[in-house]
Amino acid sequence: MENRQRITFLIGPPALYLLLFFLLPMGIMVFFSFRAGMMGAERNILTLDNYREYLTNAFFHRLLFRSALIAFTISLISVLLAYPLAYYLVFHTGARRVTLLTLTIIPTWTSYLLRIFAWKLILGSTGLLNSLLLTLGIIERASPILIYSRTAVMVTLVYVWVPFVALPIFAALERIDRNLLEAAADLGCKPWEAFLRVTLPLSLPGVVAGFFFAMIPTLGEFVTPLLVGGAQGSMYGNLIQDQFMRALNWPMGSVMSLAMLAVVALLLFLFTRVASISDLLEI
Amino acid sequence: MQRKSSISLGAIYYWWLVAVLFAPIFLLIIFSFNNSTQLVFPFKGFTLQWYAKLLESREMLEAVRTSVFLGIGSSLLSTSLGALGAIAITRFKFAGKGAFTAVAAMPLVIPYIILGVSLLIMFNEVGIHLSAWAAGLAHVVISLPYALLIITSRLVGFPANLEEAAMDLGASYWGALMRVTIPICSPALVAAFLICFTISFDEFAIASFLVGTQPTLPVYLYSQLRFPTRLPLVVSLAAILMVVSMIVVLLSEWLRRIGQEPSQRS
Repeated sequence: MENRQRITFLIGPPALYLLLFFLLPMGIMVFFSFRAGMMGAERNILTLDNYREYLTNAFFHRLLFRSALIAFTISLISVLLAYPLAYYLVFHTGARRVTLLTLTIIPTWTSYLLRIFAWKLILGSTGLLNSLLLTLGIIERASPILIYSRTAVMVTLVYVWVPFVALPIFAALERIDRNLLEAAADLGCKPWEAFLRVTLPLSLPGVVAGFFFAMIPTLGEFVTPLLVGGAQGSMYGNLIQDQFMRALNWPMGSVMSLAMLAVVALLLFLFTRVASISDLLEI
Repeated sequence: MQRKSSISLGAIYYWWLVAVLFAPIFLLIIFSFNNSTQLVFPFKGFTLQWYAKLLESREMLEAVRTSVFLGIGSSLLSTSLGALGAIAITRFKFAGKGAFTAVAAMPLVIPYIILGVSLLIMFNEVGIHLSAWAAGLAHVVISLPYALLIITSRLVGFPANLEEAAMDLGASYWGALMRVTIPICSPALVAAFLICFTISFDEFAIASFLVGTQPTLPVYLYSQLRFPTRLPLVVSLAAILMVVSMIVVLLSEWLRRIGQEPSQRS
């Protein structure tokens, strides 16, 4: 009885807060997605029209699919770049490994916005890369092709994610019992065989965690496309932002957001097939 | 698994990656000393004028102030809520514990834009005026999972019977919490506060929807990125912020490390 009161006092405030400022807004957004419009009488009409319009608009689906594909590619490249990093640190740097890992994290302590902006300075038409290519005589005129493209978005976001993706991979590799690798060697495994059959499978939860850790926020990304992507590199997040800030069609924006949430839910479902959520939290 | 170590392929790869990760940031710092309104190569010369002009930019200082207050306010709240939640999770069994942790962790895996627009809709419906504080309410939601995680990992390192011992010695339960549990947690509380602060201080996506006419620093920075002549100023501010945030994060990391090694003395 006493315990129950204590629990209520302890868990009550955070639970209530999450209810009010996290679950309730989500619920209201679902409700909003059925509204016919934002003004006057339309506000009070509930309809499925938004969903109908959304489902019949091929452009929306293409953009969502393309954004998912971009997010997938970015996460994949990030994992491919981060894995050797984590592997090297865990198996070849001994006691210095945590310090060396921290060194890769330090750049992420700079403002997110400005790290992205720095890439605009590098890729831009008067940027570092163009100046370099000009000076070396590889190109004759500064070209803006490096910036305002999907590639620019991908380069920038891979840059953002690599250090974060390395963390869960690092943790997973650290957990591997070294005796297993010795046993593999004793049983005649060549180093690369031991890697493929012992190390890689055992580190997979970390790989998957890193992958999703990058993919989910990237899916909702709208800042990077705005800064370095241009019209070409526009993503689904930009579409949602437009509905709320420019087109002011919030009911439609809600439908779009819910569609993205559905994709996120699907991704999380897939994630729980291969790893546990706690792997994702272990960062 | 012994390898001949000298300069290995792995080391080359590591240092290459570190160079790539740092390059854009050094680029920003170099530009903050460049004597030109354009961020173009080659450099025109060394200057400190951008740093001097920073102090004259009233709007920017105002945005810094807003972000600092916002960061402090939202971090205090999320650290407090996180501490309550963490104590409940680690010390009690109760129905809905799994549900609570799942919901609390959810903001980690939901794109921020969705959290931003859902709160925008709600504030609009309820008639809450958009302001930096509205963004602060959202920042508590996104930083709470980090606070919970940090404080929980501190608490599991300590046996629950420390509280019971205090109560056996005559303390009330809440007295035991205040005099035993909270002091034990204090390094974790400070670490959680600092992490939450850096999250709030750097957050743009959600804030861009909620701040109304009261820009936080990231929102202000974003608005300035469109004006090329303002850029050197922005970049010099970035250089300062970088140094400050490095100090803050190093401090919190240090405290977290202390926090995770339960000592017998406290």
